[in-house]
Amino acid sequence: MNTYILRRVLGTIPVLLGVTFLVFAVNRIIPSNPAVAILGDKGTVEAQEQLAEELGLNKPVFLDLQGYRATGELKALFDSQYVAYMRDLLTGDLGRSFMTRAPVVDSLRVRFPATMELAFFAIIIGAGLGVLLGVVAALNRSTWVDTTMLFIAVSGVSFPVFWTAIILIYVFSVNLGWFPPAGRLAVTSTIEPITGMHVLDALLRGQFNLALSALHHLVLPAFALGTNAMALIMRMTRSSMLEVLQRDYMRTAKSKGLMPRVVVLKHALRNALLPIVTVAGLSFGALLSGAILIEAIFNWPGIGSWVYNAITQRDYPIIQGGILFVAGVFVVLNLLVDLSYVLIDPRIRY
Amino acid sequence: MRRLLRNRSGMLGLGIVIIFVVMTLLAPVLRPYNAATDRNLALRLKPPSTEHLMGTDELGRDVLTRVWHGGRVSLSVAVLVVAGSAVLGTLLGVLAGLTGGWLDMVLSWFVDILLAFPGILLAITIVATLGATLSNALIAISIMGIPGYFRVMRSSVLGLRDLEFVQAATALGSSRFRVAFRHILPNGLSPLIVQVTVDLGRTVLTIAALGFLGLGAQPPTPEWGLMIKSGYSQFLNAPWLSIAPGFAIYLSVLGFNLLGDAIRDVLDPQLRG
Repeated sequence: MNTYILRRVLGTIPVLLGVTFLVFAVNRIIPSNPAVAILGDKGTVEAQEQLAEELGLNKPVFLDLQGYRATGELKALFDSQYVAYMRDLLTGDLGRSFMTRAPVVDSLRVRFPATMELAFFAIIIGAGLGVLLGVVAALNRSTWVDTTMLFIAVSGVSFPVFWTAIILIYVFSVNLGWFPPAGRLAVTSTIEPITGMHVLDALLRGQFNLALSALHHLVLPAFALGTNAMALIMRMTRSSMLEVLQRDYMRTAKSKGLMPRVVVLKHALRNALLPIVTVAGLSFGALLSGAILIEAIFNWPGIGSWVYNAITQRDYPIIQGGILFVAGVFVVLNLLVDLSYVLIDPRIRY
Repeated sequence: MRRLLRNRSGMLGLGIVIIFVVMTLLAPVLRPYNAATDRNLALRLKPPSTEHLMGTDELGRDVLTRVWHGGRVSLSVAVLVVAGSAVLGTLLGVLAGLTGGWLDMVLSWFVDILLAFPGILLAITIVATLGATLSNALIAISIMGIPGYFRVMRSSVLGLRDLEFVQAATALGSSRFRVAFRHILPNGLSPLIVQVTVDLGRTVLTIAALGFLGLGAQPPTPEWGLMIKSGYSQFLNAPWLSIAPGFAIYLSVLGFNLLGDAIRDVLDPQLRG
């Protein structure tokens, strides 16, 4: 089992390497010269050349073969843009924003908790509703309840999330006024950050009103973001439950005279859980990309809206840093989902 | 086929898809429209009426006409994208499955890298750097779709490779190429068909998402995502601008998804719930 975990962990390294390589390669085919992009139209040719020198843009892209031939030293061979980029990356340097000149890593640190909070509540809503409706559908197989649930599930993956978000705002904030249309807190209040996740921070500081306000702001964006996951989890729960319900031990449990609630929750759902967790884990990663659209609409100050603004301003270091980061988180999440199988299903031994 | 015809939700999906295809094909005949010139500022932002069933937009263009023509953009791009990723993914998948060894390792590694980008992130990376045009979006979404086909074909080749009829064909002297395309590919077709149908719906969504981000079609192209984006800024006084194209996206994707589910149920009885 330890060898399995080790193999699985080591297996992510080539993938992560490939991800950095791909993002770097895409970065290098930008049509415009970054030095020109940073300085804008006002920059003189001398200033552009100086900045290009500072940024290392005059070095060879991957390997300095000429330098190696000239000096014969291995060190010269690796004096290239890619090596410098990887060295920066490993020391946690993702470059600076073209627009604000702020280090990308610093902004990531501030914005990541906001996205995590949103994604966390989205998956709570998605998994909660998804498992509930999926179980209901499975228990009422082939009735109108089941058909309705299936229709909800197919619809959930057919709506464009950004459209769902707009409609939710229109109905629940503009017309009914139940929920705020944007932001994480009422404009007048602030929370001293501990973790950066407002609900948690407010609870840790004992400010329950603020925690409620933060939750209130979370409802619409988390629901909009969670619909897709809900649909996927619901379908998986339904089919997984249907399979388990046919098993012999289900008949045994029922004929022992156990309460139906116990039979469904302890005997059926527990055994149906593995594929459900897989889907939930994978959906959580997908939420991180859906967050780009949702955060832009709800003006949620996380990674998504940050990357969205960077796209409109062509701020490449932010786009690439943000995407690299999210892909990294996604790979790690997938790893954790895989490893969590052992905890959920003791029958699995590697 | 008969089982497919008896599947009610599948037939509903097929019906929706057929209606969308026919409508988009007939659009230039029934509702001629020129994206660049067809505007009437006297009729700006009029709510839905009998004359303009879905109202008019900020340039006085009829929203129904634009949604109708938006279907041409979305469906044609979706077909091109899915064809592109299906062909590339299938070829690479068959190649990896048949040859094995280091080529399989390299290709699988490449696909794992593509899969490390959740959702539309990879497409965003590519389009944001290459430049925001519909054709770049098309390329990006096609690349994004490769892993699905690669995995489906690779695993079905691995499953079929050692079966007797394939060995028989090889023993009779068929070339590897012939074995792959005459014997293995036709037998691995059903998961591929399911993948294509589901992928069509997903691609329509992705095109719209990129359009909404400003990374797909550019104005004045009548593209659904772009229409929602421009309608969103006037949502308070003209909600019909975003509601109509969003509903068109929903309906067309719903059609593909219902159809895909039905085909999966028929072709792969093991998965039937």
